[in-house]
Amino acid sequence: MTRSASSAPAGGVPVLMKGNEALGEAAIRAGCRAFFGYPITPQSELPAYMARRMPEEDGVFLQAESELAAINMVYGAAGAGVRVMTSSSSPGISLKQEGISYIAGAELPAVIVNIMRGGPGLGSIMPGQSDYFQATKGGGHGDYRLVVYGPATVQELVDLTIRAFNVADRYRSPVMILGDGILGQMMEPVVFPTEKPAEVAKPWATTGRQGTRGRNVVNSLYLAAEELEAHNLRLQAKFAEMHSNEVIYESIIPDGAEVVCVAYGTTARVVKSAIAMARQEGIKVGLIRPISLWPFPDEAFVNLPDTVRSVLTVEMSAGQMVEDVRLALNGRLPVHFYGRMGGMWPIPRDVLAEIKKAAGREAGVAR
Amino acid sequence: MSVVVMERVVFREDRCKGCEVCIAVCPQKIIALDSRINKLGYRSAAVKDQEACTSCGLCARVCPDAVISVYRPARPAKPAPAGEGRKAS
Amino acid sequence: MSSIVERIPVYEPPKSLSDVSSHYCPGCTHGATHRIVAEVMDELGLTDKAVGIASVGCSVLAYNYFECDMQQAAHGRAPAVATGVKRVRPELVVWTYQGDGDLASIGTNEVIHAALRGEKITVIFINNAIYGMTGGQAAPTTLIGQKTATTPFGRDKSWSGSPIHLSEMLALQEGAAFIARTSTHNPAHLGRTRAAIKRAFQTQLEGKGFSLVEILSTCPTNWGMTPVEALKWVEEQMVPVYPLGIFKDWQADGARSPAAAGAAAKSAKPAEGGK
Repeated sequence: MTRSASSAPAGGVPVLMKGNEALGEAAIRAGCRAFFGYPITPQSELPAYMARRMPEEDGVFLQAESELAAINMVYGAAGAGVRVMTSSSSPGISLKQEGISYIAGAELPAVIVNIMRGGPGLGSIMPGQSDYFQATKGGGHGDYRLVVYGPATVQELVDLTIRAFNVADRYRSPVMILGDGILGQMMEPVVFPTEKPAEVAKPWATTGRQGTRGRNVVNSLYLAAEELEAHNLRLQAKFAEMHSNEVIYESIIPDGAEVVCVAYGTTARVVKSAIAMARQEGIKVGLIRPISLWPFPDEAFVNLPDTVRSVLTVEMSAGQMVEDVRLALNGRLPVHFYGRMGGMWPIPRDVLAEIKKAAGREAGVAR
Repeated sequence: MSVVVMERVVFREDRCKGCEVCIAVCPQKIIALDSRINKLGYRSAAVKDQEACTSCGLCARVCPDAVISVYRPARPAKPAPAGEGRKAS
Repeated sequence: MSSIVERIPVYEPPKSLSDVSSHYCPGCTHGATHRIVAEVMDELGLTDKAVGIASVGCSVLAYNYFECDMQQAAHGRAPAVATGVKRVRPELVVWTYQGDGDLASIGTNEVIHAALRGEKITVIFINNAIYGMTGGQAAPTTLIGQKTATTPFGRDKSWSGSPIHLSEMLALQEGAAFIARTSTHNPAHLGRTRAAIKRAFQTQLEGKGFSLVEILSTCPTNWGMTPVEALKWVEEQMVPVYPLGIFKDWQADGARSPAAAGAAAKSAKPAEGGK
């Protein structure tokens, strides 16, 4: 592909962009040099954006024959020492699970984007948050963890995408951006950085011996049990380090809060509106918004004010993150759940009703 | 003047798995399995009659385990009759 | 007076082949083919700029046997992994080594798309009509009538179809620049295999497109034969079903050989022998 004049948005000033496209631009700003993807709604604007922008940056865009092929192309490019990304939506992310496990096992850096839609199965093309388990509890086989980010705004999508490449390289491990169809499709002003981050050296990559070193091997197979156990212990030490260093969350808990809501992604924005409405009615409500879904911000759930009587988790699912909330609270407080599925998303009025139920103020409106 | 018989065909007997494919292809029929068991648990192929070897190299070229190296004597240092010459393969 | 005779090498194992004992069964043609690939790498000076992609099958440990950089890929995905490497580092020589389960069963989609895109990679395809590593189950390349662990009564055409002819299929793609099928059943055919592998790598070096060599190979263990008997079985049973030859050759203006046209008819012939 010949390099054409750059259509890159300016850095340092607000630019109005659609989430899927802003994500692609953020990846390029982060030094992403290869993107392998496949069309699926609601993220297809991202591969289309990369198809146009990558050649301008002497990068590689290739539409793979399937999501399965795409994740394996990511494996190859990551193994060759290049910053690389793929994206899909829920069913396509299911196809990638074997490849993600291989990437984690072979200790390769990569960024995987899931713009979630309704499931299970073919589901719908409307937004959802029902891939939380898949993202944070494994998804693929074996003992590994993904660092998982749940952005709530298009700006956060940009910032976390750039962060994802740095984190992936630092730990030699795959990182997932868990967005949803609302975020992918909405347009908001975003500011891009003016400089690319410094990249780490990758002496382990398969760049050819070049007469300067012995061979490098990228591999996740360890047939001898002692070797595989040792390998897994090293991986676990890495994940423990991530657990210590990579927690991000937002916590807004006013004095005298009676209820604390927990939500991530675009759902959190709905919850913020509901909290403001509750405030109007004299109910003080706090919010814990996990931004890293793995590692989960357990620390946010300790030392809550004594006035807090219950926790309300709100998700676009049947209840997935709520299990991690319960684990973090360890029985200290009752946990309520409110969720919508199938592409329906919670609206502030209904969340307010659930807040009141959680606060024991009045019977909520059943849906 | 006597000439030391060189080893034309050299077997790394600790790598041989006794598959016998070299035995089948040798046109001189001089390869046989040794009676001893090697470190891998196989009877290695070996050549006793090195003088009968013509250095054709077929054994080396079929061997799955890169066990075999084949050599031929260098031309002795004396004037060669016209027209001679055999290239190494 | 005695004189020491100087010796000249007629054959020595290639430097690109790692100096280790392999896990392959005695007589398995993986060994000879590995050696031949390494010879070509030595001859063309590829080792310092090559990246080999090992697949899943008996050759899963191939990354231990070649001195160039290696990546180990998921079952069937080696052509996609190779695509990822070659697209971001086009100056490297990227090649895959795959068995018939890996390439002609689970990985057929990936190899077809790599060929149609004209990916400048080289695929070494080992066809031994069976799944070796997992204990002798049927492969898409298993011959009609051939008994395997999952076709204990012999492959039945009406139930499981006929053997797949990958080389002929891939030659249909414009992006395929060099496609050949060779055999391992005697030194002469091993020589032709070597020549084809060299042509395939040269195709990549010249940037002409996708190259693949399908190599009829043995599985003495799962066929229930000695290595020498197995080579005979390739010659007598496999070659009639899988015609040898060059199916696509960019140097012949991308012509496809007549052998490609006749392949389908030959595949119906039932196999004799086998387990």
